[in-house]
Amino acid sequence: MSDGTLMGTDELPYDPTSPLTPTGNLRRRMIFSRAVSVAASMAAYIAIAVLIVVVWGVASRGAHALRLNFLIHNPEGLAEGGIANALIGTALMVLFGALIAVPIGVLTGIYLSEFASKKSRVANGLKLALDLLQGLPTIVVGLFIFGLIVIPQHKESGFAGAIALAIVMLPLIARSSQEVLLTVPGALREGADALGVNRWRTVLGVILPSAMSGIATGVILSTARAAGETAPLLFCDGIFNPNATELNLFGHGVPNIPLLILTASDLAIPEAFARAWGAAFVLLLGILLANIATRIVLNRSLKKRGGA
Amino acid sequence: MSTRPFAQRYFGRGHSSSGTRRNPVTKTGDSVLRGLSTAAGLVAVLVLVGVIYQLVDNGQPALSRFGLGFLGHTTWQPNFKQFGAGALIFGTAVTSAIAGFIAAPLGIGIGLYLSMMAPRGVRRIVGPLVEMLAAIPSVILGFWGVLVLAPFVTKHLEPWLHNTLGFIPIFGAPQSTGLSVLTAGLILAIMVLPIIASLSRDLFLTVPSELTQGAEALGATRWEVIRGVVLPTTLSGVAASVVLGMGRALGEAIAVAQVIGDGNGIHTSVFDPGATLTSRIALQFPETTPHTLYSGSLFYLALILLVINLATTLLARGIARRFDVERSYAKAVAV
Repeated sequence: MSDGTLMGTDELPYDPTSPLTPTGNLRRRMIFSRAVSVAASMAAYIAIAVLIVVVWGVASRGAHALRLNFLIHNPEGLAEGGIANALIGTALMVLFGALIAVPIGVLTGIYLSEFASKKSRVANGLKLALDLLQGLPTIVVGLFIFGLIVIPQHKESGFAGAIALAIVMLPLIARSSQEVLLTVPGALREGADALGVNRWRTVLGVILPSAMSGIATGVILSTARAAGETAPLLFCDGIFNPNATELNLFGHGVPNIPLLILTASDLAIPEAFARAWGAAFVLLLGILLANIATRIVLNRSLKKRGGA
Repeated sequence: MSTRPFAQRYFGRGHSSSGTRRNPVTKTGDSVLRGLSTAAGLVAVLVLVGVIYQLVDNGQPALSRFGLGFLGHTTWQPNFKQFGAGALIFGTAVTSAIAGFIAAPLGIGIGLYLSMMAPRGVRRIVGPLVEMLAAIPSVILGFWGVLVLAPFVTKHLEPWLHNTLGFIPIFGAPQSTGLSVLTAGLILAIMVLPIIASLSRDLFLTVPSELTQGAEALGATRWEVIRGVVLPTTLSGVAASVVLGMGRALGEAIAVAQVIGDGNGIHTSVFDPGATLTSRIALQFPETTPHTLYSGSLFYLALILLVINLATTLLARGIARRFDVERSYAKAVAV
């Protein structure tokens, strides 16, 4: 290494003092690679830009809704008043739907993770059924409930709408509960088994409590999704008069936020738009906040589990 | 994850039952919980069977009158009792294709960025933000589409596309309303994008790091790693994610019904109003009375949607199973 003759030539083939910058073919390859990276990151920022444009579009037109008067008063005429009836109607229907879907969904998750053996045909068939139900266009769910409940009863009702929402929620809750239950460490099950605890006590006393935050996340997210669903309500809980104040689920159509927005956009009367933008903003705010909050809680519990 | 207690598994039933006394209550508890959860699982299956039954039953007038010819007919004139799904299947295909054409490259790009390129901190913020797009209710997206996007499309996008790419017949003369197949496709692209993005990110994360690191050790640039290792090993999975996204697009009703303009027939230009299977149901079902040819035809449309859903779900599941990413698939399905 003391002189250049080791290399077999009098000169070094490269200048060791020159900076290490790629040239020629390598340079071209690296530039191309960098260009692809930039394009991929652009794609992500385009998506975020779209999110911002939509949310801002709704927020800037609907921010007036964040007045107490708008939230606690029933609508009057075309443009006056608030959206109290629709807010309460949506809350009632989603709550009723959740009351039906949550127990069934969580139990289905328990069946899939605790009782069905992994390779069994029954479990696979059930998973397929849940996937199909999940992929089912929500408008088809609406038609199903129309045929099942509305035609025999000869009337649309909040009850029919709530059942339709429950069907939308069911596969979401079932699959997410199953996912969460599968992440419960097997050591907990084996520990309970070793103590001679029966299966059902293990499930109710050990496994469910340790999966509770995850299951709650799934429930909240699917409830938020159901609150924004319009298609299942279109034929089951039609509101021909957005000013109706019917809040009896077993009576006639119950006013709700999604159909209020849809009716306003069908009417094409600018005066009605302000109220619809306000309703859209309230709904969007609620759904986004539910999403953000559950995400934060979920991250925190994952961190806790990882650190423990 | 055995359903039998530890002791039974290793020492046999006899030993266990003599060691731990089982009282009848706990045995009943076991069978009650098992029975309840099995019954709950059955509900999903029953609902599915009920859906099929209701669609076939209520669609009977149209099913028996038109048969499979319904799929090919393009006329839809309720006043003359003429119904055919051809134009609607075409409209569904075109809007979904536009959505896929826009969302697939963007979504795959986002997946690559989030799985291989973005720094950790960026990942934790950008990923959830992209997924948040999926949380926007379709009726709000549709309302925004009618009042904000459609005017923009008709004022700026349509003239620009017509002037630069007008030699292609699908970019015909701009229309005045902006309620068109193109606008519907754009709205659908927004809905499909987060699905494809989060699915493909999860897929790219399943590529074994030995493979990517091996390629890097051989001097491959990041693009060459993607092109030579990541994409070939996940190709069919990426296809599955696009199929799933398109499946979602096919079934979306409200937002499409709001912005597509409910036109009849098949048009070459994407600036013309059109209709899809779902938008036709959403817009015209309230006009019908039960057990007529009209309402039966709309139930028939729903039956077509059900079959399409079955096909896309089975296809995507089959591909997902090959990749052993069933769990991330389930997660993304539940986005």
